[in-house]
Amino acid sequence: MSVFSDPRWHEAWNHLGDYLGSHVRVSVTALALGLAVSLPLAIIARNRPVMRTLLLGVASIVQTVPGLALLALFYPLLLAAASLTVSWFGFGFSAFGFLPAVLALALYSMLPVLRNTITGLRGIEPQVLEAAQGVGMTPAQSLAMVEVPLALPVMMAGIRTAAVWVIGTATLSTPIGQTSLGNYIFAGLQTQNWVLVLFGCAAAALLALAVDQLLALIEAGLRSRRSLRTALGGAGIVALVVATLIPSIGRTSSTYVVGAKTFAEQYVLSSLIAERLAAAGLTATTREGLGSNVIFEALVNGDIDAYVDYSGTLWTNQLHHSEIKPRRQLLDELKAELARQNVTLLGELGFENAYALVMPKTRADALGIRTIADLAGRAPSMSIAADYEFFSRPEWARLRAAYGLNFRTQRQMQPDFMYAAVASGEVDVIAGYTSDGLIAKYGLVVLEDSKAAIPPYDAILLMAPKRAEDSALRDALQPLIGRIDIAAMREANLRAAGGDGNASPDAVARWLWDKTKK
Amino acid sequence: MQNTVQIAFAHVAKSFDGGRVKAVDDVSLQVARGEFLAIVGSSGSGKTTLLRLANRLIEADSGQITIDGEDVRAADPVGLRRRIGTVFQSGGLFPHMSVAANIGITPKLKGENGADIAARVDELLDLVRLDRKQFRDRFPHELSGGQRQRVGVARALAANPKIVLMDEPFGALDPLTRDALGDDYRALHARLGLTTVMITHDMTEAILLADRIAVMRSGKLLAQGTASQLAQSGDAYVSELLSTPRRQAERLNALLPRGAA
Repeated sequence: MSVFSDPRWHEAWNHLGDYLGSHVRVSVTALALGLAVSLPLAIIARNRPVMRTLLLGVASIVQTVPGLALLALFYPLLLAAASLTVSWFGFGFSAFGFLPAVLALALYSMLPVLRNTITGLRGIEPQVLEAAQGVGMTPAQSLAMVEVPLALPVMMAGIRTAAVWVIGTATLSTPIGQTSLGNYIFAGLQTQNWVLVLFGCAAAALLALAVDQLLALIEAGLRSRRSLRTALGGAGIVALVVATLIPSIGRTSSTYVVGAKTFAEQYVLSSLIAERLAAAGLTATTREGLGSNVIFEALVNGDIDAYVDYSGTLWTNQLHHSEIKPRRQLLDELKAELARQNVTLLGELGFENAYALVMPKTRADALGIRTIADLAGRAPSMSIAADYEFFSRPEWARLRAAYGLNFRTQRQMQPDFMYAAVASGEVDVIAGYTSDGLIAKYGLVVLEDSKAAIPPYDAILLMAPKRAEDSALRDALQPLIGRIDIAAMREANLRAAGGDGNASPDAVARWLWDKTKK
Repeated sequence: MQNTVQIAFAHVAKSFDGGRVKAVDDVSLQVARGEFLAIVGSSGSGKTTLLRLANRLIEADSGQITIDGEDVRAADPVGLRRRIGTVFQSGGLFPHMSVAANIGITPKLKGENGADIAARVDELLDLVRLDRKQFRDRFPHELSGGQRQRVGVARALAANPKIVLMDEPFGALDPLTRDALGDDYRALHARLGLTTVMITHDMTEAILLADRIAVMRSGKLLAQGTASQLAQSGDAYVSELLSTPRRQAERLNALLPRGAA
């Protein structure tokens, strides 16, 4: 059997138009914006030493900020800006997806363009500049007819660098809601679908290479003063942009957008919701890989229409409550508080995905550990691993306070690797998720939280404020309420992590729907 | 008209580095219409600064410079430069422009139409004795030093200036090319009725080409006049400058008997 007959290739191909198109659009826009800002700045700063130093210094500092962090920072920044424009001018804008991605990437592109433009302009022989003045050019004419044309090859080299950086970094714009080739990578990492990861990386690399080569052609044309090459390279870039615009023109815009966070269960559930909407005759698309904090804001702002969250997460993180209430009471209060923000809590799906401390069953039995209280005595000689957010979440603080937990080391890990790590003894305990199928697969046991330090985490279906009165959406989603029990979800999660052709979120979602048929 | 003053420097001074370096120190000098004036001096004498003051590439600290009786400070510097042809040291050609584009630049800046400029470029190539077809589309890096300087001269003449300023135009050329180019330019100067100010550090060149010579040293104008007038000057530095070409001429006369070669 050929590798390419794997259904995952097919799945990857199906998304290519959408992902690649969005990727090119966001990259090209960011690059254009970056150039529009950097080029005039560089020209103004070229003969002003203080401004030059300042500008290059700031651009260098921006460059040291990791791409993911830079992108993530723009989301709250724009949210704040949007709320300002709402209160001042009466209109807002979406702080989600395209805009923050473009701004962050544009900022990222500035250093090489600034540096090369300034270097190129300053490298021109003084005799040539004097001749330009001497033959009667105004400063603007000298810039346009002599300085820029002569500096252009050096400037182009900077633009090439910027283009490659932007295209590479744009893969990180997926978590802030911008569809990109990063969707392959994030989805693949979460569902352990290495074909997708590879596909995404290769596509981004090929795109960067293609753009770089086209720009190189322009650069070579400029250097050797052959306008044919320059024109060919320019035509190539234009063709690329046009090609990515065509599918978006032809594409019907989806009415409903279903959000998903960055882990496999969320991918499956968003697929399930999208399939349900499709079955009800509604058009739907999914926005996957959204950060835990981004996704709720995106719902409130109407950038997504529906998604599944967990009661405890909203209770502690979004509503900032520190006290924990019994399950039913917490759900009721949550519903009331969300209603105040006009967010509809449609209901619980029927399972809980709570954080839980998990360790191998054999080891727990041998050490006589059954509850977290039992663990507390052993913790100082043990190591714990958790996902990227757990240690900064209030649950962790509560757990530590309630049980006096104090581990020897804390490690952050990609969630999919934690289970294998604890099973193999790499770490002693992990903060896993109760709905994870790997708990059963690796023979792990969930330690009992007898002091109820961890809040309940019922999976709940949320609808955006603008959909509050949308009965078609409500009716399509209603059958999901109370339908999925923990066993079904665990098995679905295990399948999603299966890494074979049946592991795609769509396939697992279909399986889950059939499995839970009443 | 022949003897009216075209360019006049009156008590002109210019210093750099906040007054520490006096590049031009109280210089008064007149250039008559149709005259070929050479300004001679070693490097650092202020001769290049004096030239740049004339078309306001730099501004004088004090004193007055007039062209055709008009104070240059009252003129728009860009317009002034378009009216004056300038030949730069080693050409100063724009490396990214063809010979034709280089020559036609000032008319283009003045907004003349393309056909007129093209015709003018061909005419100028003839004038500086470069083959039209062969050189029109070449780039500066494809030319020899002498050819580059011929293009430089053509560019300076493109907008029909009455005044041409030349900053050590032939300094970097081999002696034969230098001689040929100097003679050719001198002929153009006469034919077109130009007023030329040429900077050089070579007294021999100045004597052979110019009507009148001004000698500068440390920012000051030491002497001015025809070669024979300078020879009467009591100034030691001027005499020393003149002694070299004279000594060379005598030795050459001795070594190359008339009728030989």
